[in-house]
Formats: sequence, C-alpha cells, structure tokens
Amino acid sequence: MLRKGIALAALGLALVGGPALAAGEAAPPKHVDFSFKGPFGKFDQAQLQRGYKVYREVCAACHSMELLSFRNLGQKGGPFYDPDYSNPNDNPYVKTIAAEYQINDIDSETGDVIQRPGTSADSFPSPFPNEAAARASNGGALPPDLSVMAKARHHGADYIYSLMSGYREPPAGLQVAAGQYYNPYMAGDTTPFWTGEGHAPPGGFIAMPPQLAADKVTFDDGTPSTIDQQAKDVAAFLTWASEPKMEERKAFGFGAMIYLIIFAGLLYASYRRIWRNVAH
Amino acid sequence: MSGHSTYEPKTGVERWLDTRLPIIRLGWDSVVDYPTPKNLNYWWTFGGILAVCLMIQIVTGVVLAMHYVPHIDHAFASVERIMRDVNYGWLVRYMHANGASMFFIAVYIHMFRGLYYGSYKAPREVLWILGCIIYLLMMATAFMGYVLPWGQMSFHGAVVITNLFGALPIVGEAITTWLWGGFAVDNATLNRFFSLHFLLPYMIAGVVGLHIWALHVPGNNNPTGVNVKSKADTVPFHPYYTVKDGFAIVLFLILFASFLFYNPNALGHADNYIPANPLVTPSHIVPEWYFLPFYAILRAVPDKLGGVILMFGAIAVLFVLPWLDTSKVRSMRYRPTGKLYFLIFVLACLVLGYCGGQLPDNHVIPGLSTFTLIDADLNSMVWLSRLATLYYFGYFLVILPILGLTETPLPQPESISTPVLSHPASTPAGATAAPEKKG
Repeated sequence: MLRKGIALAALGLALVGGPALAAGEAAPPKHVDFSFKGPFGKFDQAQLQRGYKVYREVCAACHSMELLSFRNLGQKGGPFYDPDYSNPNDNPYVKTIAAEYQINDIDSETGDVIQRPGTSADSFPSPFPNEAAARASNGGALPPDLSVMAKARHHGADYIYSLMSGYREPPAGLQVAAGQYYNPYMAGDTTPFWTGEGHAPPGGFIAMPPQLAADKVTFDDGTPSTIDQQAKDVAAFLTWASEPKMEERKAFGFGAMIYLIIFAGLLYASYRRIWRNVAH
Repeated sequence: MSGHSTYEPKTGVERWLDTRLPIIRLGWDSVVDYPTPKNLNYWWTFGGILAVCLMIQIVTGVVLAMHYVPHIDHAFASVERIMRDVNYGWLVRYMHANGASMFFIAVYIHMFRGLYYGSYKAPREVLWILGCIIYLLMMATAFMGYVLPWGQMSFHGAVVITNLFGALPIVGEAITTWLWGGFAVDNATLNRFFSLHFLLPYMIAGVVGLHIWALHVPGNNNPTGVNVKSKADTVPFHPYYTVKDGFAIVLFLILFASFLFYNPNALGHADNYIPANPLVTPSHIVPEWYFLPFYAILRAVPDKLGGVILMFGAIAVLFVLPWLDTSKVRSMRYRPTGKLYFLIFVLACLVLGYCGGQLPDNHVIPGLSTFTLIDADLNSMVWLSRLATLYYFGYFLVILPILGLTETPLPQPESISTPVLSHPASTPAGATAAPEKKG
C-alpha cells in the first residue's frame, strides 16, 4: 500500500516538476559575479563610484531617484563613504556633489520661488517636473523611478546588466514599431510581431533606446569604459541604491547565525540531559 | 487550567496574591506542572513555534506602525524610509515581512500534524475549531498587511480579492463598496485595512488564549492517539517540553534568519517594489505563496461565484471535520489505508499551491498539447487544479467519512507507555521519571 503511495507521489512530482514554458518569455539574464553576491558579499566602492557616474551622466537625464538623498552617497557602505566623516552630511565629496545641483525652493523671507545650490540633506532632483512632462519628452513612455529598481525586477542586478548591455538588432522577421527597441531581456511577448520562421525571439520591446556606448562615460579611476563595464557598474550602483543596508544586514546576520547555532547546541545538550531518564 | 492544581504558594506575597488573583497558580498549572504525554515528537513543537511567531509579528508590527504612513501617496515611500532611515528599520521590516511567511509555514505544519494524528477528534473538537478561527484571522490579517506597502501586487491583489465579494448575488456590489469605503480600492480602503491589520492580531492573541485553554482541558493528543491512562504516561511540561520546544524554536529561528538576513525578498514578489498604479495591471497577479492553494481552487471553477464558494468552502470544511471523520482511531499510525490517502492529500495541497502560482493555461507537461476538455487543454494547470481540488474536497467529504467505517485499523497499544518506545531510557528500567532539577 505504502509502495503504491510512493509511486503515486513520484508520479505527482514528475507531473508538477517540469518547468512551465509559456509563449513569449524573456531570455534568462546573464549571471555576473558581482562582489555583493553571497552571504559575505560587499559592495566594491570603486564600482559604486563608477556606477554613480554612469547614473548621473546617462540615466539621470530621464530617470528620477526620489528616495535617495545626497547624504546617502556618503553613508557607510555608500559610494563616497569616508570613515573620517561618520556623519555623511559633512562629507566634502557629498557636499560638493550636492552643490552642483540647483534645487527649487521657496525663499523663507519673501516667499518667492527661488533656486539654491543643493545640500547633503536634499534628495536627488528629478529630471522632469511631473509625469506629463516626463511622458511628453519620451514619446509617451514614462521612465520609471530607479530608487528600488534592483528589487523591483527578478534577478535585480543581473537583469539590469543584461538589459543595458543586451540591445541587439532585431532578427529579420520581427517588426518593431516606431519609438520601440527590441531587447531579448525585456519582459513581453514578441509573438504578434513575428513573421519569421519558427519560434518568436525571446524578450520584448522597450521604449528606451540603447543608452550605453564605449567611452560615453569617462571613469576617473582609469577603468576602460566599455558598454559591458558601464552596465555592470550601473547595475551595482542601482543595487546599492535599492538596498543601502545590505552590508549591514549580512554582517548582522552572520552574528545572529553564530548566536543561534550555539544556542541551539546548548539547548540540544540540555534536552538530551533532561530527557535521558525518560523513555519516550 | 483544569483538574487538580499542584501549586503551593511558598512566600507570604504569593499566598496573599493567590487568595485574591490566582494568576501565578494559572501560570504554574499551564506551563510548569501541566502533565504532557511523554511521547510527543517534533511535529508537536510547532505550537510553541507559532506562539513565538505571533509575538514577533506583534512586536515588529507595533514598531512599524510608529513609522508607517497609511496614505496612498506616502505608504510606499514610508516603507522604504523605514528601511533606509529608521535605525534597524530594515531589520524590523524584513522580520515582519518574512515573519508572516514563517508564521504560515509553521501553521500549515501544525495543521497537517493535527490532521495526521487525529487531533481534531473528540474530545478536542472545540480546540480544533478555535484553531480554524485563528487560521481564518491569520489569513485576513496577512492579506490586509500585504496591501499596506501599496505596491503593484498590494493594490491589484486587493482589487482581485475584494472583487470576489462582488460575485455574491444581490448584495455583492453593496458589500464591495462597503469594504472599499468608496467605489474603488483607494485611500479609504488603505486606511481601514491598516486599522484592521492592527486590530486583528490582538483578536488572534485572544483566540490563542482560548485555544490553549481548550488544549489544557483534555490535554495533548499524542502520536499514538491513545488517551493518557496514568501518570506514567506523562511528564511535567517544564522542564521536559520547555527545553524540547525551545530547541525546536531556535532551529526554526535559524531557518527564519537565513531568509531574513540573506534572502529577504525571496518569498515576496518583485512587482511589489513598483509603486501601486491603478492604470497598469501586472501581467500576472499572484497572491503571497501561502494563499496559492486557495487561489488555484478559485480559478479551477469557470464560474466566479462557484469559485468563491469553493474557495471559502475549502476552509469551511475544516470546521466540520471532527464530524466528517467517522474513524474511532485517532492516529494515522494505525490506519494504513488512511495514511496513504492522507499523503495524497498533502500532495494535492502542494499541487494546488504550485498551480496557484502558474498561469491557468500553462502546460503541466511542457510542449505537449492533448485535447480540449470543456474549456481548456487537458494538459493544463487549470485541469490539474481541478483534479487536486476534487481530491481536496473528496478527502474530507467522501474518503474520511467512508474510510472510517470500512477500513481495518492496526491494533492500537494499550497505553502510551506500552508500545515499543523509540528512545528507551539510558538508565536501567525502574528508574522513575524525575524531572531534572534546575541548574
């Protein structure tokens, strides 16, 4: 009877175990050995600085990052963290970066609308005053806010890297509408636009044209500025922006795990000792 | 909480208090001297684990409520602010979010344990029903909690679930409007969900008190399902089960911590980090993993009202289970046929959970198209869901009632102490079970 049950269970598992293959799926993102992966992973500060530069010189033209403030750049684990400035608001890099922006404000004396240089406490200014303006400048598409982008997509950093470096010419037989670009890593379904042979190509259409190009951003540390490098660095920066407390979390977790494992060992020893005279 | 109390006040203060409010006596009888069957296995530790889960959720939830802003324009950003700017806010928020999943893992194991060992049978029917009420409250609480971050899945999940009530004839539309506090899921909905999400955990805590009370009257069931016959069958709860439960709780916390610290978003959905937008519907709306079996049942029925009835029926049937199972034998250990049907039942629940996360038209066996039966290909998730749904209800409504009358159970032991014990005492027989003194 039990053997029959096991056989049935095995059959059931075989039935449910197969991967679902739906029509029109995006290509699986390429795996990158980012420094922050794994239980002891940490952000590479030089990479975060390069990534910030890519964000600032390329992405920030259209994408906002409303949840980030300049001070975040100088906090522990951030791109411009300096142990000499435990208060990131005092960090000279951060102050300089902030001061390069003009922030809309109200003059507290006159009530006039003014612009003043940014401070560490200001949040990143958005490129467009509102959604309508953003859409009007981007052919009707809204560039999403990037504050938590690495958490808002499956495979976070790998996905961002793959998408940014993965643009290619659409295969012959794929019709791409005006203002759209083919990307094999974009979610979507190309089947309705496919007139070629066989299976429709993976991926979908994205309103953002390819953004990265070799030497488009000059890296201050001399790292060769290839598309691949820019994509990796900006993916790392956006991952940090999504999870600025990740290093703290993993370090805390290591301590908590050691504590729990020792505690479990002590409790097990107590359990064996207390129960040794009881048949159970 | 019942029977003869062995508490003896030792100090003047205790004697004074005992004649006025015997609260120390209550605690003593409930968690120190409470006679517990000595053969409980690790499946029995999940009650204690659940108590810890509830406490973690309440403590972290109260702290989160100090920082959270229940407004559609601010909720999403306020949750992120907790993670970024509140001291250890990331810890509190990830604890609460993952804690909900851990709570459900533990409650499902706890329920399957009750089903396997017949813990719902007389005289524990009320205990079981109270547990079902707790489970129902947990589902409501978890659903409303998931709405609070106001991400895409929060919003569209709330739309889908509240719209289910619209399937009810005549009153459906009025109920939906009443739930929403308006004509769509909007700020009023978020506000009331926040209020109720704060209230329900205390109702759960209250019912948990009743659940423990109802446990302590008949006492624990045990893996043999045989009643406790004498004192030789039991040990005092403390230290025997405080230490065993404590060990299991810490093991469970290690599992919890591995998600919390190393993969805090694995059990959630990436789309919920996209702020809610009523104008953009996610391509694939899925509830949290612990609702997937019910979601599969809902979608297995082509008719909306029928699906809603079946989904709620899947929970309602649990309430009457004590009267559906006709077998006098509690533990499946002595019901070989019942055990087989139970294992298939567990499998059916897992299959339903799997189907709930898939698109209904997805193929079960990839790349194989068979023939269309009624409205869908036979090799599709929707048909697999239907099969599993049929078994889910069949198990309760057909198998358990009939099997109890037809099967031949194995002989049951005379008492807990008589069967061959899996862990004999290491000291010679005859040594009495004396509780280890502290220290």
